[in-house]
Amino acid sequence: MATTGEEHAGGLQIHPMDQFVVKPLIGDGPIQWYTPTNVTLWMGIAVLALIALMVLSTRRRAIVPSRGQSVAELFYGFIYKMVDDVAGHEGVKFFPYVMTLFMFVFLSNMLGLIPMSFSTTSHIAVTAVLAAMVFLTVTLVGLYRKGIGFLGMFWVSSAPLILRPVLALIEVISYFVRPLSHSIRLGGNLMAGHAVIKVFAGFAGAMGVFSVVPIAAITAIYGLELLVAAVQAYVFTILTCVYLRDAVGEAHH
Amino acid sequence: MEAEVAQFALMGKYIGAGLATMGLGGAGIGVGHIAGNFLSGALRNPSAAPGQMANLFVGIAFAEALGIFSFLIALLLMFAV
Repeated sequence: MATTGEEHAGGLQIHPMDQFVVKPLIGDGPIQWYTPTNVTLWMGIAVLALIALMVLSTRRRAIVPSRGQSVAELFYGFIYKMVDDVAGHEGVKFFPYVMTLFMFVFLSNMLGLIPMSFSTTSHIAVTAVLAAMVFLTVTLVGLYRKGIGFLGMFWVSSAPLILRPVLALIEVISYFVRPLSHSIRLGGNLMAGHAVIKVFAGFAGAMGVFSVVPIAAITAIYGLELLVAAVQAYVFTILTCVYLRDAVGEAHH
Repeated sequence: MEAEVAQFALMGKYIGAGLATMGLGGAGIGVGHIAGNFLSGALRNPSAAPGQMANLFVGIAFAEALGIFSFLIALLLMFAV
């Protein structure tokens, strides 16, 4: 990551990577594991927003729902249907986990788009923890529920016998690459989008009157980023469901 | 001599980062292929299209992941090497 003291490359007034610097909230001291940083702050805000949306707004349930309740019900129904469709009926047991994941990633992505805020999910450290938890859950649940038969998903029984060892090798590699691609997809997309916005912001600072053009471009990209924030949260969740199907569902080979 | 070697390494780093971004073109081809085929299928049978949206997004996500890897290589070359 770019350091703040570094000379800004290419004459841009705003370095596109400066927005990702993790800073302590108070003072300039070294960052220990217990130091409250801007990551801590914005993750906390995401959790508070989640609680406000899902708990507070549904506390007074009514048959004719309030606005907050209908938004919460919309998310609930959407994710419930996704888990039921993709992970199978057995996967519904993991609905609370998948719902929490989706809401946390979605709200973090959306909060990161507020100007001057900090997008926690653009850090691969954050998304890697989320993806590693999914990977561990899938592996442990699969081994617990299917026992040694879980390893059968690496041994493609529908393929010719000669090909099976090769396919098994490929399947094992792709299984262990999953958490990497799962986390980098979310982090990379978010980081790339935010960096693009800051690059155009750098143009706007350097072009004088003609900065109308980059500002219009920023507006368009911002609309695209809203879409990306929602779609990436959706993709992260649906891939979690796809992986859960391997662990709890019937064999699909 | 030392400075020249450092300059040369810096040049290699920037060229490598630029080359790594070419992988994103492959991801673009893949994602466009999936979306285009989905659209042509959806126009032939519009009633089946909403049920396949999940498959569309999963396919796009898998195609995109490999492009994101090359973007990651570019970022590593620029900021970590």
